[in-house]
Order: sequence, then C-alpha cells, then structure tokens
Amino acid sequence: MSRAPVTDWTTDFDVMDERYLLDPFPIWDDLRKTCPIAHTERRRGAWMLTTYDDVTAAAHDVATFSSLEVGVIGAEEDPDPEDIILEYGLPPISADAPLHTWTRRLLLPWFSHHRVEQYEVVTRDLCRQLLKGFVPAGRADAASDYSQQIPVRIVAGILGVPAELSDTFTGWVRDVLEFADDQERARRGGQGIFDYLLGELAARKESPRDDLMSSLVLEKHDGAPIDDSIILGIAGLVLIAGIDTTWSSIGSSLWHLATHPDDCARLVAEPKLMDTAVEELLRAYSPVTMARIVTEDTEFRGCPMQKGDKVLMNFPAANRDPKAFDQPDRVVLDRLQNRHVAFGSGIHRCAGSNLARMELRVALEEWLREIPTFRLEDGARTTWAGGQVRGPRSLPVVFP
Amino acid sequence: MGGRTGPGTSVPPGGLPVKVTVDPSKCQGHARCFALCPEIFDVDDYGQSSVRSADDVPVELEERVRLAVSNCPEFAIAIVE
Repeated sequence: MSRAPVTDWTTDFDVMDERYLLDPFPIWDDLRKTCPIAHTERRRGAWMLTTYDDVTAAAHDVATFSSLEVGVIGAEEDPDPEDIILEYGLPPISADAPLHTWTRRLLLPWFSHHRVEQYEVVTRDLCRQLLKGFVPAGRADAASDYSQQIPVRIVAGILGVPAELSDTFTGWVRDVLEFADDQERARRGGQGIFDYLLGELAARKESPRDDLMSSLVLEKHDGAPIDDSIILGIAGLVLIAGIDTTWSSIGSSLWHLATHPDDCARLVAEPKLMDTAVEELLRAYSPVTMARIVTEDTEFRGCPMQKGDKVLMNFPAANRDPKAFDQPDRVVLDRLQNRHVAFGSGIHRCAGSNLARMELRVALEEWLREIPTFRLEDGARTTWAGGQVRGPRSLPVVFP
Repeated sequence: MGGRTGPGTSVPPGGLPVKVTVDPSKCQGHARCFALCPEIFDVDDYGQSSVRSADDVPVELEERVRLAVSNCPEFAIAIVE
C-alpha cells in the first residue's frame, strides 16, 4: 500500500515509510533532539517514544501502558467480534496481569538457560549444513539462504512440528508481521497459523508427545485444563515471535560484518570478543518495536495521551540514545557497559531471549569459521523490512 | 525522570571486600549477570537470578561482578561495599 512520503517526522511519522525502513537512525536522532515523543495521525494514530528513559519508564508502567494490543501495524478498523480468532490474542505477550503472569510461567522453562544449552548442538549442525549448501558457490543471500533458515527450524523442534514446513511457517509469519499493511494478507497469515495449530493441538490431545503444546495440554491452571484458545495463542506466539525476530538480528549482524571489514577481521582474529560482540550487535541493530495501549487519560512527559491511544515502544531507538550509550552509532565489539533493551524491559522481557542469543552467536561463529571475509555483491540490492521487526530480507554477499 | 539512563557504576575493583545482591522484584530474567559471572550468579528455570553465596565476592571476580551490575537492564543488581 503506498502512502505519501513523510515530511514531518514529529507530527506525521510512518514506520513503513521507505526512508525509515532503509535508514531510521538519523530520524531517531532528530526526534530525540527535537521531539522525543513523536505523534502521527496515520494508521489510526500513534505516539512513538524514542529515548531510553521514556521507553523503559513506559515499559515499567504496565498500569498505564497495557499490552492488550502490541501490533505496531494494527487493523485499519476494529474487527467484527465474530472474526476474532483468538479471544486472548497471543499470551503472555498480548496480556496484562493476571493472565500474563501465569501464561508466562508456563512458557519460560522452555526457554531457560539450561534448556537452550540443549538446543545448541542442533543449531550448530543446522548452520553447518546450510553453509555447506552455498559455500562452494562463492556467493549467497545471507538473509534468505542462511539467517531466515535457522530460527524457524529450532522453533519447529520446540513446538514439535515438522521442520519440512519451515517455508510455510516463514510465509505465514511474514504475512502477519512484515506485510501487515496488506490487511487481507495479514489476516490470511494469521488464519494459516491458527488452522495449522488447531490440527496439531487435536493430535496432541489424542496422544501427547514431548513438546511445548503437549505440555500445555497436560498443564492445569487453578485446577482446570488450559483453555484451547490460550494454548493456541501461546503456540502461535512462539512461532510468530521466534522466527522473524532472530532471523532479522542474524541478518543485520551479517550485514554489519559485510560492510565493516575491520570489525569482521577483528572478530575472526579475536573470537573471545564474541560475547560482547553479540550484545553490541543486538544493541545497534535491535529488530523489535512493540506497541502498548494507554489505559486511561494521562500526561506522559508532557504529552497528553488519551485512553485507547497506541504508543510505539521504540526499543531500537532507545538503544541508540546518546544519554544511555557512549558513541551509540558506533559498533564497538568490545563494549563492556551495555545495558541495552533489545529484548525489552520490565515484565514483558522477551521470553525467548536466551534462545535468540544462542542462535545469533552460533550462526555468527559458524558463518565466520567458513567465511571469514565477505562483502556485499556489487550491483545487488539489500532490501530491508521494518515496522514491527527490522532486518534485511535480501542480502546478497560474495566471498570469492 | 526514572533514572534509568547513564553508564552505571564503574568503580575500579580491588578496594575493600564487597558483597553483591540481586533484587528479585526488579529482576526480569535477562540473565546478563549469569552470562558475565556464573561463579557468583545463578539463574532458575523461570529466568530469576540470585546470588549463590552470602559471602564476600572473591577479589578475582569483582571486576566481572561489577560488569554484571552495569549490564543489567533492570538495575536489579547492587554492590554492597
């Protein structure tokens, strides 16, 4: 859907604007200096927070900033109640307490540090297999041939659904997140996920297995089995939030290394920098912006917000705030003090953050082991998706 | 203002013995402390971090404990001098 280009970012921003998708960093810098809480009437209106202090303060004020609607690109009109597929959305991400609290506790052990350690071998094998497929060619699309292929397969394993369907899952998730501007496409993607998971849920009720949805079938809350729509919402969340986000982070990190040969050479020469490098790449290229809904008329940092207003929590912009980070626009691979909020802040901290960190680290380690030097392909175009999740969708690189 | 900005503490290690605490009401399970100094910090299946021992932090670990303090996105870790 084409819309008029933005000329005033303070009062008429659009996170799907071409310029914003390609290079949002100077826009955030300007906003932080001139109007750190921007507003737009587009897409039914929204505020956008761009400083570290504002974003983290709002993330902690869950009484004022509800998570009942977290989509950055929302529906253009209120859906017919009969068309709502999942009564509770995708808890815990789309829930406030108390639903958030107990659904999150069901989910967290699947992504605990110890559990994620068990997924590392599979992830490494997967990366090696993918690399084997294109290393001899001397060129690859680092986004679609590599980054995009990794998280979806690990998440499929956790959900106990076939990795062979990865492309289908990826397609649905892109429909929901990346192409949300096309309302019919977003709806179709959501319906695809729901219909598929509904079948999987029925199969697990018949014979539970060792996977996330089976565990939810067997769980109880307040002595009663968990409502189907909540099980489907949690499984849908794992699929939607576990794929596009980490894939974007891996892709952005590879884009950085392809375009900053000094950083790439340093990381190859000093592999012990990997831990700080992963945190720094997460900070500098944070993929995820989330929304909140204002619960009551309020004044936030001088801005008159009304009940029902949408507020964009720009975690990526917060992570480039010079008040919180020294030289925020420089990627410093050995940055020691890095209190970034790429995974959010407060009670909605990304439940999959341990998994995402592991996947990003392993994906980079394996790539650099096989391909220590690489650059963007001459004449080829890198394309970026953005809005809710920012990252490269096409990233042609060569390593002759 | 919320006081959530700024680089955080950067006191050099090597002075008097210190203890470290994790405020469970602030911890949200980012697990940065566990990644930076697993000798001192533990993390449970729900992401909740805790300090393994009430003893003083061994001097050789103090620098990494201070890094844990200054990398916690929730400002949940404090050094008690």
